Amino acid sequence: MYMLLYAISMLLFGSISPISQDCDNTLSGTVIDLHDSSVLSGALLIVAGTEQAVQTDVDGNYTITGLCDGTYSIQVSHPYCLTQGYTVKVSGNTSKIFRLEHHLEELNEVTIKGETYQREAKTIFKNKISTEKLEDFSNGSLGDALNSLSGVSSLNTGNAVVKPMIHGLHSSRVVIVNNGVRMEDQEWGAEHAPNIDVNSIGNLTLIKGAGALQYGGDAVGGVIVADALKVPVKDSLYGKTLWNLASNGRGSSVTSQLTKSFQNGWYATAQGTVKRYGDFETPDYVLSNTGIFERSASLHFGLNRFKYGLEGYYSFFKNEIGILRASHLGGASDQLAAINSDRPLVIEDFTYNIAEPRQDVTHHLARLKMFSRFDGLGKLSLQYDFQRNNRLEYDIRVGDDADKASIDLELDTHTVLLDLDSDLTDEINLKTGLMARYQTNFADPTTGIRRLIPDYDKYDLGGYAVADYDMSERLLLEVGARFDYTYMDAFKFYRTSTWESRNYDELYSDIIVEETGNQILTNPQLSFYNASATAGATYSFDDEYKLFFNYSLASRAPNPSELFSEGLHHSASRIEMGDLGFKSEVAHKVAMTFERKNQIFSFSISPFINSINDFIVIEPTSIEQTIRGNFQVWEYRQTDALLLGFDLDASYAFTENLRLDHQFSFVKGYDRSREEPLISMPPVNTKNSVVYQNPKVNNLQLALQSEFVFRQNEFPNNNFEVYIPQTETNEIVDVSTSPDAYHLLNFNSSLDFNISPKSQLTVGFKVTNLLDNSYRNYLNRLRFYADELGRNYLLNLKFNY
Amino acid sequence: MKKIKLLSAMLLAGSLFISCSDDDDSTPAIVNEEELITTVKVTLSPEGDGADITLQLQDLDGDGSDKPVYTVSGSLAANTVYDGSIVLLNETESPAENITLEVEEEGDEHQFFYTVGTGLDLTTEYADLDEDGNPLGIEFTVTTGEASTGTLTFTLRHEPKKPNDDTLNDAGGETDVEASFDIEIE
Repeated sequence: MYMLLYAISMLLFGSISPISQDCDNTLSGTVIDLHDSSVLSGALLIVAGTEQAVQTDVDGNYTITGLCDGTYSIQVSHPYCLTQGYTVKVSGNTSKIFRLEHHLEELNEVTIKGETYQREAKTIFKNKISTEKLEDFSNGSLGDALNSLSGVSSLNTGNAVVKPMIHGLHSSRVVIVNNGVRMEDQEWGAEHAPNIDVNSIGNLTLIKGAGALQYGGDAVGGVIVADALKVPVKDSLYGKTLWNLASNGRGSSVTSQLTKSFQNGWYATAQGTVKRYGDFETPDYVLSNTGIFERSASLHFGLNRFKYGLEGYYSFFKNEIGILRASHLGGASDQLAAINSDRPLVIEDFTYNIAEPRQDVTHHLARLKMFSRFDGLGKLSLQYDFQRNNRLEYDIRVGDDADKASIDLELDTHTVLLDLDSDLTDEINLKTGLMARYQTNFADPTTGIRRLIPDYDKYDLGGYAVADYDMSERLLLEVGARFDYTYMDAFKFYRTSTWESRNYDELYSDIIVEETGNQILTNPQLSFYNASATAGATYSFDDEYKLFFNYSLASRAPNPSELFSEGLHHSASRIEMGDLGFKSEVAHKVAMTFERKNQIFSFSISPFINSINDFIVIEPTSIEQTIRGNFQVWEYRQTDALLLGFDLDASYAFTENLRLDHQFSFVKGYDRSREEPLISMPPVNTKNSVVYQNPKVNNLQLALQSEFVFRQNEFPNNNFEVYIPQTETNEIVDVSTSPDAYHLLNFNSSLDFNISPKSQLTVGFKVTNLLDNSYRNYLNRLRFYADELGRNYLLNLKFNY
Repeated sequence: MKKIKLLSAMLLAGSLFISCSDDDDSTPAIVNEEELITTVKVTLSPEGDGADITLQLQDLDGDGSDKPVYTVSGSLAANTVYDGSIVLLNETESPAENITLEVEEEGDEHQFFYTVGTGLDLTTEYADLDEDGNPLGIEFTVTTGEASTGTLTFTLRHEPKKPNDDTLNDAGGETDVEASFDIEIE
């Protein structure tokens, strides 16, 4: 395109020699980078028709002498930039700044380096997972990929529902940003996995703290930012296909993507994944009904220009997940029998069928964004996104209802974001923005089961400002604040008995809409005002050592589950109770990181302390008799919590080819009101691996990883007694005691083959749980009923083209 | 110009989305639990003379806060044979839904179990079969011994192992109903 322009301009002006009497004018100025205004030294300027050529000096300055009045064509080139032609009108001594597109050096790299995502806090140490690392988890889930980082664990429901947990916090306390869109996928449920295909992500950034004020101030636990890969501005067509085969689950996943880009800035990427697994297995038995069938596709297109740009993204994600058959229980006596048995009470032959209980979740996400740069103002962007999440949960039901879902929720979310990113001075950058969101939840009454989450409409309005200041080359300061207003308008049916026993008839009699039979329809309208803030500093001692310090204030409005739960939660086989009177959770977190980056020995140590007021926990309070037997009642309550711990990462290179990697994570969580430990806190764990790499032998990589998870010895005692008629005894149902410590060995290897100059094949072979150990994981909600997965052989082929 | 067009197109699309999803103001429909068993009614009819004895467990709010209510109409006579039958009802519906019919229909997936507490001198026996010829237990007989007291528990299991040795431990499955009555034999 530019070349064409240049050719035309050459034709038009270059051939016509300017005729003028006064020919001692100079043209001078600088050549700078279009993107960051950095000066470009060594740029070559050729004046067409005069054969004159000059180069810019170290400051990017140039001077061309002996020009006449008139119009000249000037070609500007630089080793790292696209060569461009300009027409310049010279009249007397003229000055001109040339801006070059500084892109070429990025094109030659597979991953584009640089800060592709600058909106998060700069004073929090961030962990990143690169594309190549993500490809290792192509057959797994987002939670599995994140779990490879220190300080991240996962709260599992079986092996397929994997929820990321950051510094001991999960669900509504972890914000996931998928391609610039905050995921709204009913994340409140502990058994709801994020609806993202790990293959649709270019790179993944983890912020252990409330560091992304642009997307909300309620990330008490942390923020996970998933981004698409940046597409280069050039004419190109490339893609990749990954194929995985796994022995455990006897399944496979295929993912493929193709990108077409043009030099004029237009680009499009299409991607799709299919994943299918049957029942997984422990070393000793089949985990009946644990299959997965996942399908997803995404389309990404846009126009990438310096002055303005446009981006569109659509993704579709559908996942069917079987829930371990043996975890489906009647009352507490069934629970006792299941816990006391070493093996699951239902073990059937291997099958690919996914029967009840199961989840079937569909998530649509669409996003449109555009930006424009205005001189003196900055980069203004406007984004609209829409998400539709449909969650179906099927329980084992009888008779006419056998094939009906027990939960059928449809959550629609519309968000409009307006952001302004402006450089006030060379040192100070200010980002401001406004957000408006409308969300509506529809719980289908045809399930024939009382709604777990009621119908509601929710409106959010938010505004933020974040400024960072480069005080010196070594010190960066950052401050930010955000304010959010949330209004929730719900329609909730309460059982008359519950309504009265909780004293709601006196507290909230004004919200009753109508009374029918033994149920009362209410219309709670709730408002929350949340302030959040962040302040921090980053100091570089020298090229190797760096210190990050960050304080963040996060506040989170209670979610619908915490407010409105009332009744039996089948999948947890317990009765859950929310509270209409909850206020927002407010967290103060201080995090520090001391980092050394060095070729031989690198490390980072990150201690943190998080004090959360009005922390919402769910805990057992009593036993309730029903016709199905006794159930434990779990009530949400607010308390003050304290979480603290540290993450340690270290890497030591013995030789160029041999490296030792170390990770250690330590988290403690306490309920300060009750003076007891918090439930579901990750146990202390450490990962150590020996990695051998030889670029000369087809980029051979061999890695042996040892993973040791200590026993969680701090947990609250939530055990309860239940009367068993058969034995006429009261038995203790042990739902508290943590499983033993365990050790796993994993092996990973890969080889690259160049098939043609433009295509490469990578063959990988992996074994997880090499020793086929039987173990149970404290953070797996189904740990009472079955062991974790046994040995798994994985073969993966990656074809880049 | 192009940008402005796009902007307006986007805003239009946005407002369309919003207006589509705007529900009307009608209130949501009530859900009465369909599979709910609110009432277990056991009738014991003495073979020969005498009045029926009924044992009833009623919990009209299901897993709500109200406790289930147990009523036993009288005591059993010693050394007597009773024909027993069980009726399960969902009384939140009007007229009450008879859930026993459903259990009967899917007899191969269900079984009632009778657990006799220590001290209570009686024996039970199945009096009906499912389609595969295994005990189902909606109909049964109770033979009382000498005067005594203790609990008699009725448990309905869903998807038990069939056939089994007629004990809960062997059968497995999931509990649909668990009702323990205090019984007196005079």
